[in-house]
Amino acid sequence: MIDVKNLTKRFGELLVLDGVSEHIDKGECVVVIGPSGSGKSTFLRCLNLLETPTSGEIIFDGVSMTDPKTDINLMRQKMGMVFQHFNLFPNMTILKNCTLAPVRTGKMNKADAEAKAMELLGRVGLQDKATSYPAQLSGGQKQRVAIVRALCMEPDVMLFDEPTSALDPEMVGEVLDVMKRLAKQGMTMVVVTHEMGFAREVAHRVVFLDGGKLLEQGTPAQIFGNPQNERLQSFLAKVL
Amino acid sequence: MLSANEPVTFWQRLYVYFYQAFIYKDRWQQYLNGVKTTLFVTAIALLIGVILGLIVAIVRTAHDQQRLGHKNWLLGLLNSIFQVYVTVIRGTPMMVQLMIMGFVIFATSKDFALVGALTLGINSGAYTAEIIRGGLMSVDAGQTEAGRSLGLNYMDTMRFIIVPQAVKAILPSLGNEFIVLLKDTSLISVIGGKELIYAARGVISRTYEPMFPFLGAAFIYLVLVMVFTWLLGIFERRLRASDRR
Repeated sequence: MIDVKNLTKRFGELLVLDGVSEHIDKGECVVVIGPSGSGKSTFLRCLNLLETPTSGEIIFDGVSMTDPKTDINLMRQKMGMVFQHFNLFPNMTILKNCTLAPVRTGKMNKADAEAKAMELLGRVGLQDKATSYPAQLSGGQKQRVAIVRALCMEPDVMLFDEPTSALDPEMVGEVLDVMKRLAKQGMTMVVVTHEMGFAREVAHRVVFLDGGKLLEQGTPAQIFGNPQNERLQSFLAKVL
Repeated sequence: MLSANEPVTFWQRLYVYFYQAFIYKDRWQQYLNGVKTTLFVTAIALLIGVILGLIVAIVRTAHDQQRLGHKNWLLGLLNSIFQVYVTVIRGTPMMVQLMIMGFVIFATSKDFALVGALTLGINSGAYTAEIIRGGLMSVDAGQTEAGRSLGLNYMDTMRFIIVPQAVKAILPSLGNEFIVLLKDTSLISVIGGKELIYAARGVISRTYEPMFPFLGAAFIYLVLVMVFTWLLGIFERRLRASDRR
């Protein structure tokens, strides 16, 4: 479903991604781990071109994302993204946050979008918050809304950029639960996270990035039970 | 009123000056007409300034936010033109701009107030553009990313997400710019615009007594600015009421 070929990203002199190649299958849940500054967020942000790759190619659903002729807005409608800092729109109600994109992109009419949003909000237990503003919600609630907002576009892939890193510890669970259910329903997911428990339990495949290079990948059992790479061994020793 | 050879007290003289400046021959009407022109010029200049400022700010912000390898040549050209515009307008005195417009470019025009309003509007646009641009840039980059990641195009992201949030940051400085604009209308008297200062000087040319006409004009400007500040305060409070933070 997503094919990444020799992806390289530079910020000026700094080489953040150094020739990363990766293939993500439909229905797969891939968790990306690595020390901070390893390029995992940049890798994720390159997938929907929030960062423009310096070189390399990203092919999504058979369409080259990096081709200048590609309608990037259309491609992004099929890729939901959840951010570390939620990035809800503070000037709109929760319901409006969820319906803005489906309505404006012409995907649904207003009534359908609202019905869809209310159904999804109900599934994460936030139906009664529809008329609230983001500032009135807790961190965990905001992140669940952010997931619903992305799902309202009915995406084929969901990208999660450290979705629990900005949350109070007692709110991490409620967000991870929503993500687990999503994975069980067969959603294709790419998750950058420090939650090793989540990686172990939910991931089909774990990818280890360090220094902009993809150093090791495998099933959670392989990565956590029998890591081969030296850097991965020392990383796991520190975080587990 | 005053008969010859009769000594007058200080207070009597003051009263006579006041009477001559405002009441004699209904001269207060001249100030009133001046205020009308002042407000007319302010309104026109404000309109031109805000529209011009908005266009310049959006083009310049859009230009700066282009993705690498997706440079639009038209946007680049407009950006360069607007950069020159902002540089020239901010780099030359208001008075000189008025004289060039009034005595060179529109030398044959007799509608001095309108030429003045146009000049002030063009001048105000340059400052307003930078105020609006600052406001747009003050909105967290994550908001743009969230909008774009949902598949919204640049204009929709601006219109529904960025601009509504930027307005709150922009409003105080924009109010300040409006006040400066209102007071700067006094300059158009140099090209013959018949606004408040023009009226005051008209009275002085009859009475040869400058104190009350100028004090009166200053007082009127002060009242206008205070009313304006009060209205702006109401508007800001209403925006904050919908904020719900």
